[in-house]
Amino acid sequence: MKRTSPILLFALAVLFFAFFVAIVGNMFTPHGASQQNLLARLKPPAFMTGSNPNFPLGTDRIGRDMVARLIAGLQMSLSVAIAGTIIGAVLGSLVGFMAAHFRGWVDEALMMLVDFQASLPFILITLTLLAFFGNSMTLFVLLMGLFGWEKYARLSRGVVLSAVNQPYAKAIVALGAGNGRLYIRHILPNIASALIVQVTLTFPQIILLETSLSFLGLGIQAPQTSLGQILGDGRDYLSTAWWISVWPGAVIFLVTLSMSIVGDWLRDRLDPMLRERAT
Amino acid sequence: MTRFWLLRILRTVLTLWFVVTFTFVVLRTSGDPVIALVGADATTEEVEQFRALWRLDDPLWIQYFRYIMQMATGQFGISYRDGREVFDIIAERIPWTLMLGVFAYIGAILIGVPAGIIAAIKRGSTFDNLIMATAVFGFALPNFFLGILLILLFSLSLQWLPSSGTGTIWHLVMPALTLATFTAGTLARFTRSAMLEVLDKLYIRAAAAKGVGYWKRIILHALPNASIPLVTIIGLNLGELIGGAIVVETVFAWPGIGRLLVTAVSSRDLAVVQGLVLVMAITMVLANLLVDLMYGLLDPRIRVKN
Repeated sequence: MKRTSPILLFALAVLFFAFFVAIVGNMFTPHGASQQNLLARLKPPAFMTGSNPNFPLGTDRIGRDMVARLIAGLQMSLSVAIAGTIIGAVLGSLVGFMAAHFRGWVDEALMMLVDFQASLPFILITLTLLAFFGNSMTLFVLLMGLFGWEKYARLSRGVVLSAVNQPYAKAIVALGAGNGRLYIRHILPNIASALIVQVTLTFPQIILLETSLSFLGLGIQAPQTSLGQILGDGRDYLSTAWWISVWPGAVIFLVTLSMSIVGDWLRDRLDPMLRERAT
Repeated sequence: MTRFWLLRILRTVLTLWFVVTFTFVVLRTSGDPVIALVGADATTEEVEQFRALWRLDDPLWIQYFRYIMQMATGQFGISYRDGREVFDIIAERIPWTLMLGVFAYIGAILIGVPAGIIAAIKRGSTFDNLIMATAVFGFALPNFFLGILLILLFSLSLQWLPSSGTGTIWHLVMPALTLATFTAGTLARFTRSAMLEVLDKLYIRAAAAKGVGYWKRIILHALPNASIPLVTIIGLNLGELIGGAIVVETVFAWPGIGRLLVTAVSSRDLAVVQGLVLVMAITMVLANLLVDLMYGLLDPRIRVKN
């Protein structure tokens, strides 16, 4: 499918805006994310009757400003997704490089782990570990980092295995370069585009996983908040205050949609071969 | 051929062994397994009784083998919340998830596959673009948010459908629809690309040249050849479906194993969590085995090669 540029521009604008708001948004809102206003509980957004001009997007069940809540939730969801993506990409690529370098039983053992993770829905693994070890922020972020590592591992292993046999790699080895230099300086740049494309695929998936878990009450815990948690909070108030759930849902949707569009475009730009294989 | 089947079954057994080992290791490294399984507020007497029952003073490797045997025979332990056998608790929830899953799956196939076929035939048309745009939307729309939007529209605004629970066939509509959306989007995309690959092939032109009708060409000549990647994706999507059921059942208060898992995790009813993980993992692994065996049936080339 051909991407027309207005859609891409829209997606880029959404992402830029989301990151911008997450970084500096606090400066523009007079309310704190956990600041309660019991006199202004469940106030509707500005365009509805009965709204309070101080709260343009309304308030939740204990009168917290939805704008401030959304900014805090966006900050959390984006940070967790960024941390998770980086951990997963570094860990996975490292595993892939090691499997390709050592081959033999190391390769077999690592790929078995990859197959194991790929054979189960990741949410199941996450829920098991959260249940047994109890929820903590550190564990949760690490778990988000475990998401998708197997994809990077498979990807980098495959690419490294074919790259070491390329003439350029052989030439570098013949010139006396060590393994570290060969992998980091010469092979990594050659597979960077494939890894970047993978990042654009896993990033929205981690956002969806984190928000799903937080929605279920099993992810980010109060007093911290995330977009999924706000959405889950609003579930009991759907008949009286739909905005508590709809705003964070819309933000999640827009961010993941934009990321997918940008990812598609990057895939076309960076690696036409990959595009052919993926479609 | 026998070698292919044997290897495949061996891999399946290996993965299952991995899963059981995974829960065993998690159970042992997360603290005292007795406390974990009977609950922190159990009396000393109960703890001792349990310890003796599971013979936890035996060497670790003996416990490990016994654990595998117990899991293999469905002895998942006892829920500390109501003291019932975990196996029974899970067994009575499974039909609900099956009902939901089967409806969602059939719905997804009935929507996704025809949409993909038509998009491929009418490649580049408005319809094609529309379907592909919808598929991208379905991919980015989190299922819990879709569920909430459906509740807002059909239960609260229009008041056509019940918002949660069970009782009538109408209760099934929104959970199944929510669960089907993601799968339908993925299926549409894969059907489209699989069909596009096949439609250019010479045998389709040969069939046309020989006078085979248009739809007969599509259904009898193109579709069977496009079905290999489709079966793969249908199999792979079972995982998405199980993951989706965990969320969707909670949104719609549907009494299946997904919702059971969420309540068990939040109340840390670990025996139930462990049993559910094993049941879900076994389902997935067996489904993947089934998919691989289907290849052989669908494509004689795979049968011969192996």
